[in-house]
Amino acid sequence: MAAAAKIDPMHQFAIAPIAGEELVASPFMFTNSALWMLIVTAAIVVFMWGGTRRQLVPGRWQAAVEVVTGFVGNITRQNIGPEGRAFLPWVFTAFMFILFSNWIGALPLAIVGPHPFTVTSQFTVTGVLSLTSFAIVLAVGFWKHGLHFFSLFVPHGTPFILKILIAPIEFISFLVRPFSLGLRPFVAMFAGHILLEVFGNFVVQGLNAGIDGSPLGWAIAVLCFMFVIGVNALELLVGAIQAFVFALLTALYIKDAVHLH
Amino acid sequence: MELASAQVIGAGLAAIGVGAAAAGVGYVFGSFLQGALRNPSAAGGQTATMYIGFAAAELLGLMAFAVAMIILYAR
Repeated sequence: MAAAAKIDPMHQFAIAPIAGEELVASPFMFTNSALWMLIVTAAIVVFMWGGTRRQLVPGRWQAAVEVVTGFVGNITRQNIGPEGRAFLPWVFTAFMFILFSNWIGALPLAIVGPHPFTVTSQFTVTGVLSLTSFAIVLAVGFWKHGLHFFSLFVPHGTPFILKILIAPIEFISFLVRPFSLGLRPFVAMFAGHILLEVFGNFVVQGLNAGIDGSPLGWAIAVLCFMFVIGVNALELLVGAIQAFVFALLTALYIKDAVHLH
Repeated sequence: MELASAQVIGAGLAAIGVGAAAAGVGYVFGSFLQGALRNPSAAGGQTATMYIGFAAAELLGLMAFAVAMIILYAR
């Protein structure tokens, strides 16, 4: 009987240099994460370039691009207002990057060769994205309102005694924002891929047991395979929702900085 | 008790929070659907608010997952 291999769901998140040498802390290491970031960027550039030929009657490709730009444009317009147009480039960039890395990372490319690496399954990547959003909020807030920006922590019309209580709470919740904003897309991808890996292993182990003469193994393999397909579909949905939530919350936080409640 | 077994038990306990977040997310969408079915014309404008509620509820489950992972892989 084939020895059941120990399931190692963390291996897929390991960052390793492409050339195969040892990973050291150096900015000149070309890792799998960097490679897939480049692939994601190239995919976004191709998608946008192909759809911005400015035809009067849009073709299919241009219509797809218009749907996406219109969608993100709506997020900023509805939440920030007319000033939101100035922040559309960053919100759109973050949305597209998270969406494309989530979806490219979920592609079953490993059937034909390369293992796709989900860039957003690293907290460093999503953390930097959320810190950029936070930096934009701080810069816009202090630039537009100066030190008056601190009135963000004191809601209008609160009695004085409550103000003393509410201001620290609001302050802490403000400081937690970049953390929670970056944690959300990271953990969603991380957990989904662990689930896929574990159940993918069940399929292989079930097949092995089936080949060894256990009919139950075949049943388990088929069931787990159907489950993996379902989870993959769910993963596509979650990837889109996480990109949407990131864009939405970024727009909301920028609204706080622009309008101060 | 050995550290490894205590870690596994702790991670399992921390994973309970994920189930609580599942109830929260279900409540958000369920309440939205209740309201949307009573007044469908007002539902379209409130989807963004629903997703904010969804994000807030979901975050706590994700944090429970993160805590479980930290406990499980801490050395």
